[in-house]
Amino acid sequence: MEKKLALEMKGISKYFGTLAANKNVDLDVYRGEILSILGENGCGKTTLMNMIAGIYYPDEGSIFVDGEEVVIRSPKDAFAKGIGMIHQHFKLVDVFTAAQNIILGINDGNRYNISDVNAKVKQIADKYGFIIDPSKKIHEMSVSEKQTVEILKVLYRGADILILDEPSAVLTPQETDKLFAVLRKMRDDGKSILIITHKLHEVMAISDRVAVLRKGEHIATVSTSETSPEALTEMMVGQKVTLNIDRPEPENSVDRLEVRNLSLTDSEGVKILDNISFTARSGEILGIAGIAGSGQRELLESIAGLSHPVSGEIVYNNPKTGETENLRDKNPVQIRELGVRLSFVPEDRLGMGLVGNMDLIDNMMLRSYSKGRSLFVDRKKPKDLAEKIIKELQVATPGTHTPVRRLSGGNVQKVLVGREIAAAPTVLMAAYPVRGLDINSSYTIYNLLTKQKKDGVAVIFVGEDLDVLVELCDRIMVVCAGRVTGIVDGRNTTKEEIGLLMTKTDTNYKNDKNGKGGNGDEK
Amino acid sequence: MKNNNSTAAAKKNNAASSAHVHEPLFHVVKRDTIPIWKSMLIRVIAVAAALFICSLLSMILIKANPIEFLETLVDATLGSTRRLWKFSKDAAVLLCIALAITPAFKMRFWNIGAEGQVLIGALASVACAFYLGNTMSNAALLVIMFFAAVLAGAIWGGIPAVFKAKWGTNETLFTLMMNYAASGIVAYFLVKWTPSGSSVLGELKTGHLPQIIHPYFLIILAVIVITFLVFIYQNFTKQGYELSVVGESENTARYIGINVKKVIIRTMLISGAICGIAGFLIVAGLDHSITETTVGGRGFTAIMVSWLAKFNPLVMILTAAFVTFLDQGASQISTAFNIDSSFPDMVVGIVLFFIIGCEFFINYKLKFRSMTKKEVK
Repeated sequence: MEKKLALEMKGISKYFGTLAANKNVDLDVYRGEILSILGENGCGKTTLMNMIAGIYYPDEGSIFVDGEEVVIRSPKDAFAKGIGMIHQHFKLVDVFTAAQNIILGINDGNRYNISDVNAKVKQIADKYGFIIDPSKKIHEMSVSEKQTVEILKVLYRGADILILDEPSAVLTPQETDKLFAVLRKMRDDGKSILIITHKLHEVMAISDRVAVLRKGEHIATVSTSETSPEALTEMMVGQKVTLNIDRPEPENSVDRLEVRNLSLTDSEGVKILDNISFTARSGEILGIAGIAGSGQRELLESIAGLSHPVSGEIVYNNPKTGETENLRDKNPVQIRELGVRLSFVPEDRLGMGLVGNMDLIDNMMLRSYSKGRSLFVDRKKPKDLAEKIIKELQVATPGTHTPVRRLSGGNVQKVLVGREIAAAPTVLMAAYPVRGLDINSSYTIYNLLTKQKKDGVAVIFVGEDLDVLVELCDRIMVVCAGRVTGIVDGRNTTKEEIGLLMTKTDTNYKNDKNGKGGNGDEK
Repeated sequence: MKNNNSTAAAKKNNAASSAHVHEPLFHVVKRDTIPIWKSMLIRVIAVAAALFICSLLSMILIKANPIEFLETLVDATLGSTRRLWKFSKDAAVLLCIALAITPAFKMRFWNIGAEGQVLIGALASVACAFYLGNTMSNAALLVIMFFAAVLAGAIWGGIPAVFKAKWGTNETLFTLMMNYAASGIVAYFLVKWTPSGSSVLGELKTGHLPQIIHPYFLIILAVIVITFLVFIYQNFTKQGYELSVVGESENTARYIGINVKKVIIRTMLISGAICGIAGFLIVAGLDHSITETTVGGRGFTAIMVSWLAKFNPLVMILTAAFVTFLDQGASQISTAFNIDSSFPDMVVGIVLFFIIGCEFFINYKLKFRSMTKKEVK
């Protein structure tokens, strides 16, 4: 195939304060190719793409489209040059239909005619093999359908350079395969596609070439056929890393936490958790897999005493007294007073687990400040704890008085996990503990969890990367739409099996969704 | 589809040929951190620039000599011992109200009802003096007036908090409305207490604060004590820690088991109580009477004092002094140059605009394209 340059970036730099998000990046994309932008979280992939899409303006350097220098100051400028970006977080109006969302913001002087739009949307969809109903409303759609709308929105505007920011993050393995098939069709049609990702197997599966970024700098661009996951990892991290997770056999496992027939409804009466039962055993890691928003967060919050289930039991077997306690309808303080050592690393680190504007010491204090009768807080012990965690987990911070929001994602997580482990828990729940972390930090966290397991803690791990779940967990519970669709043995399962379980109750799910839609209309 | 592509291509050519015209002159970049001296320098420059513009305006509008203008401004507060005392007293009362709302604001409870909370505290004090004035010693009366004011302020602040905690009502609207309720109640009592129907309550003969050193000394001392108490409360007590956590993130508060409702109500009781103290100080130490405008907008000005100090009680001493300085200087100008009182308002507005506006330059910097290009080459 004849290779024609579509997009070229030369010497692009972008600074946030003193931090260089991108430094002197050179990048080129050809027509009819899929280029992966690979790099760890925080290495500047999204920033770089945002500059092409007109969200940010580069501090230095220039961008060329079809060999001509261009200035892109806004997404409008980007569209004028045929560049469209599909963001990780969808920007759609829930109560509009797909077609209405697609047409939104287009001002081409033509009369607005929804049936024409519908027809055109259908035509584009058919061309590339999308399955979409243009007159379906967004709030009735699944995540992958919404993503399709986002992609169509960009195609409708005539974009021939498409940027996708972590498109597979919200998809099941099966949906990802479908998406990739569509992307290949678009490539064969002569479009240039840039995919931001940090998943190596996807890079190998879809892209023609890979551009690797590390700490804002462009390390190299290589052909996918001439590289390997190991070589790419080394480029990303800058050193050799072993990607093996240690999984010792559980020892002296006993039932620690039993959840029986747990159900939870939200304030509008919609069922979030539906009759969930499982047992977490000491000395093992129980993984929870599922599409984001299938009730994982609510399940952990119910156990931690933050949400109150409508029915069911949460039974804790106290290893010290040998007694059993029902934790349902207790708040976090009452749970602590029962002598239940339950630690919880929530998904929302800075919005729930920590206070971003407070320093390390005050964040350490969150768990322990209320101890004792004194009116005043004691900052001595939290300070010692902060120093201990900084030392043991190698937290990169200027000091104990730095607000945690100033730390990088990995260090924030080390502070949070460190504090929760310091409470010597018997049950440790972690929701997406490695989200947004670089590879080394992720493995630090996996090792910490495994160490807790060896110490006899019942670890509950909610994860999104199936490769990791399959390697780390002793058992994996799969949830779909608030229901348990299966509990599998981590040593004898495959990603595909879990993927199927993640969407197992598809028909039930749809009924549920319609129910929700009905409620929404009533409002 | 094809049509679209060709127009897009045409646009591309256009944009490319005129690329250098379109290039923005500068763009805004967020600063990471800024050294304290630099941020202070920016603020000083902002105030200087504001005063410069004010004197220019005074030259044009009222034909005043700019030097004379600035002299009058300073003279208004520092010109004599008497003025200095008055300045300190005004700053102290303003500071007291600002301290009162600070815990609430730190908790992100937008209490804009200080006006009413102070007024109702003042009313409670006056009522005690009015009804009990001749039945007991002055000292006992003062104690009763004090506690009545604290109780009234706390109730006035507590009502919106209870509603917010129980039913999630909007505290901004609620506290604002409570201001009108308070002034309505004052109006009612004024009618009731003045049989002639004049609604002008003369000076109360009882319930005056004792005079030590100077009539204003005790007030200033009291406010200094409150300043340190609030500072300690916010920074070193468990309750202060809890209210910061609730303010920063209710989810975190829930996560560690803080009773958010309790904290909201408790903090507002304290906030209202300190407002009540301010009302007591105004009645017992200064006015010895009450009108519907006794607080005179200071409940709102206090919000600015608190914000400018970023809710730090010690810094608030400076911001309260600064706002009072401006206020007094500006009204002095209006008498000295014999002009309408709207000019001083303009002066205050301009200075505050600059101070608040300069925060932009503390948080962001402008990056000029031409400069960065040279760096590359």
